[in-house]
Amino acid sequence: MHRRSLFKRTLLSGLGMLSVGQHAWAAIGEANQARPKRLVVIFLRGAVDGLSIVVPYADPGYYSARSSIAIDKPGHDEGALDLDGQFGLHPALSPLMPFWQAGKLAFVQASGSNDATRSHFDAQDFMESGTPGNKSTPDGWLNRLLGNLPAKPGNAESPTRAVSIGAVLPRIYAGTNPVANIGSGNSATKPTLLDRPAIGDAFDKLYNKDDKLSAAYQSSKQAHAEVLESMEGHATEETMQAEMLAANNGAPLPNGFPVDATRLATLMRNDNRVQLAFMALGGWDTHARQGAGKGQLANRLSPLGQGLAALANRLGPVLDDTVVVVMSEFGRTVHENGNGGTDHGHGNVMWLLGGPVAGGKVYGHWPGLSASALYEGRDLAITTDFRQVLAEVIGPHLSVESARLQNIFPGLGDTPRNHIGVLRA
Amino acid sequence: MPGIRPVKLRVLWIPIVLLQAVTVLAQSSTQAEALHAVNRMSFGPAPGDVAHVMQIGVERYIDEQLNPERLALPAQLSQQLDSLTTTRLSQDDLINQYRDAQRAARTDSEAGKEQRREMVQNLVLQAGQARLMRALQSPRQLEEVMVDFWFNHFNVFSGKGLDRVLVENYEREAIRPHAMGRFRDLLGATARHPAMLFYLDNWLSVAPGYRPPSRTPALVKTGGLNENYARELMELHTLGVDGGYSQTDVTELARMLTGWTINPRRGSGGSVFYFDGSRHDTGTKNWLGRTVSDRGQAEGEWALDLLAAAPATAHHISYQLAQYFVSDTPPAALVERLARRFQETGGDIRSVLRTLLTSPEFRDPNNYALKFKTPYRYLLSSVRASGLPVTNVRPLLATANQLGMPLYGCQTPDGYKNTEEAWLNPDAITRRVNFAVAFASGKLPLERPMESNADLSVRYNPQWASEPVDAAALLTTLDGSISPATLTAIEQSDPRLRAALVLGSPDFMRY
Repeated sequence: MHRRSLFKRTLLSGLGMLSVGQHAWAAIGEANQARPKRLVVIFLRGAVDGLSIVVPYADPGYYSARSSIAIDKPGHDEGALDLDGQFGLHPALSPLMPFWQAGKLAFVQASGSNDATRSHFDAQDFMESGTPGNKSTPDGWLNRLLGNLPAKPGNAESPTRAVSIGAVLPRIYAGTNPVANIGSGNSATKPTLLDRPAIGDAFDKLYNKDDKLSAAYQSSKQAHAEVLESMEGHATEETMQAEMLAANNGAPLPNGFPVDATRLATLMRNDNRVQLAFMALGGWDTHARQGAGKGQLANRLSPLGQGLAALANRLGPVLDDTVVVVMSEFGRTVHENGNGGTDHGHGNVMWLLGGPVAGGKVYGHWPGLSASALYEGRDLAITTDFRQVLAEVIGPHLSVESARLQNIFPGLGDTPRNHIGVLRA
Repeated sequence: MPGIRPVKLRVLWIPIVLLQAVTVLAQSSTQAEALHAVNRMSFGPAPGDVAHVMQIGVERYIDEQLNPERLALPAQLSQQLDSLTTTRLSQDDLINQYRDAQRAARTDSEAGKEQRREMVQNLVLQAGQARLMRALQSPRQLEEVMVDFWFNHFNVFSGKGLDRVLVENYEREAIRPHAMGRFRDLLGATARHPAMLFYLDNWLSVAPGYRPPSRTPALVKTGGLNENYARELMELHTLGVDGGYSQTDVTELARMLTGWTINPRRGSGGSVFYFDGSRHDTGTKNWLGRTVSDRGQAEGEWALDLLAAAPATAHHISYQLAQYFVSDTPPAALVERLARRFQETGGDIRSVLRTLLTSPEFRDPNNYALKFKTPYRYLLSSVRASGLPVTNVRPLLATANQLGMPLYGCQTPDGYKNTEEAWLNPDAITRRVNFAVAFASGKLPLERPMESNADLSVRYNPQWASEPVDAAALLTTLDGSISPATLTAIEQSDPRLRAALVLGSPDFMRY
């Protein structure tokens, strides 16, 4: 009852500004019954060790390179969960196995950015700009994608067509198309002081100009109202469950991923306007003591697996229209270092989850881990350009025609096309 | 003949006029000049600051701030800092306390774990308290600004194990003493500090084939090289990512730095840095085109000398300083001049800062109010402008978390950026506005005793209310910062909201 009245006040408070959004809502709710296609990108900052995620347990080079941190073969205690007789999934990611079995989860091994850098910051920059090797690209590919999505009635005006979870806007969203960010944690989806009409009205008068700050303010206020509207009555129980799950797991979760993932799914499920979403998770730079089936890396993977499963389950039927991509700037050295960790490497694994994914398969040409196959003598080689995978998802799934794909990943068309077919035909 | 006299007179007269003009310039500055200098050289004007600088002039203000040791700390601030136990603990005290608590946690179960949590939480909280108290109250504002700059440049993360208890000591012993000193000293102090050795894993990096003495329990496998620190040392701390080194240079530098580790001998009361010759790779290295034969610890020191003196380093640091103080896209000519000054003076930070602060680019009115505040600066500048006392920094720490900039909480070694691109986003603006409303109306428990076990929440509780911010006084302090259009809108609004509107205005987001 109380929440309802707060909600109504919230709507009234921003009435002038919200009118566009409300018409959009009505248009989608009544006239346009087609469910939009969505893309969620999860970026693992710090270079996650892909060889511990999709474990090449059939490659003898794997166990000889990693005496203390290799994930054991399937069937052993804390061993990998078999995927296809060649590769196995890290046991901490067991919540994802049902999606593998249902054919909704796939991986692309030995993928990544062909640029040789082993700097986290340059590599992330290249992966987010979508232009490896070119530091002067001003915008991010997710923002360019937003500008190249086919128009949908109502959606063009909505600040929540593209959202980012977190207090800052990532490089991948840099650019001219408006993106809303929703802070991490529960307070982001609760009414604030600014939702009080007197306060909101007074500040509206300060942020009514044609500049970046006014645009940001207006976008945030409208997005906040849309989020409150979408979360109304849905959030509490499931979010609390996710929080308990995280707490019971014992691992500190600076990013609260299962909670934020659940909230994002709730928002997407209730708000047809959200088509693109982005979240980043840190803490993958395991130079020391990364552990094997258990340990530091496992403790990080565990909430990631739980969160992705929670996201997929909470999306429910919307998962059929959603592709979740998980990626990281580069992989880690094939050989473990002197401290039971791994250093900065090259090739990695990309993850794809969702109804449209032709899942149950590990894609990509496996270059092997023999000494001669390694990139610069130390790292997993890259056989699939990350942009190829993204282009295959974006093109058919989001109905972006190939001419427009060139706007998103300039120069990709110049390289020979190796179609790998990660989506269902 | 008679025509000559007036000419002579004129010649005599002109220099007098010029002299007078110069004297006037050196003595006082316009409000706009003073405001700009205070904005960039401090964490924002406190009551009286701009008037003070107008009176003494920007030149003298620069002198004053470049010589912080001549400015006395207010007694109240000194008392507050003295009351913190953490500011007296040495590196080995801290490490041994942490290890004792860890051991207790293994044996004592719940009680021990609780003890460890409390000890660690208390140390991190006190570190934050010391930092914010200084940043809010110290008259040595430029020093505080440089501490922020260098901490981010040589970032360590308080969320990683031992660094939880070491961040305050790191700032106190490695960063602060050299914030305006020599770059080489700063570089060396960070390289040898246990917080950095631990954060970037160099304490574990050993020669291949090294075997730890059997009596020491092997908590961590130490079986070879760890290149984490060596890479960031070149990429972030010195040369910059395009500074002209290769993957081989990273590995070779890591070999040169093997043996730089931590040894917390009980009671030594000082640095726990330890060069362990038995861990050092004694082989010949080939680094940056030079052949390096075995010289033990001296190899690493020599590498730091070389890196500190490299032109690429001078350029990298100069670019970052110019970006921090002048503009997100700093003028190339200024960066070049600063880099030259850096090299001429052997990396004397104070000299480089003087060149920067007296440069036409720094003073260019086109750069006034151009920079977008980081969350840290936004919070500090709000509280400083209010002139209100703060005894409890928890609400500020909590808001910094919400704004994506937890103090000592940057996980990655590149530290926090200070550009508009990094911090201007929709959520940031409305969260800042919400903070401004809560703070200005006295709803944050900033005057509650610090020892109370309140959570970090900033939710309103009438019992915690503190003094509201006085709008008229605030506008006097910030005179010249708020545009006429914003002022008009504020004057037409509810008087109870005016202070919040000032602090939450678009004008106050920039500096």
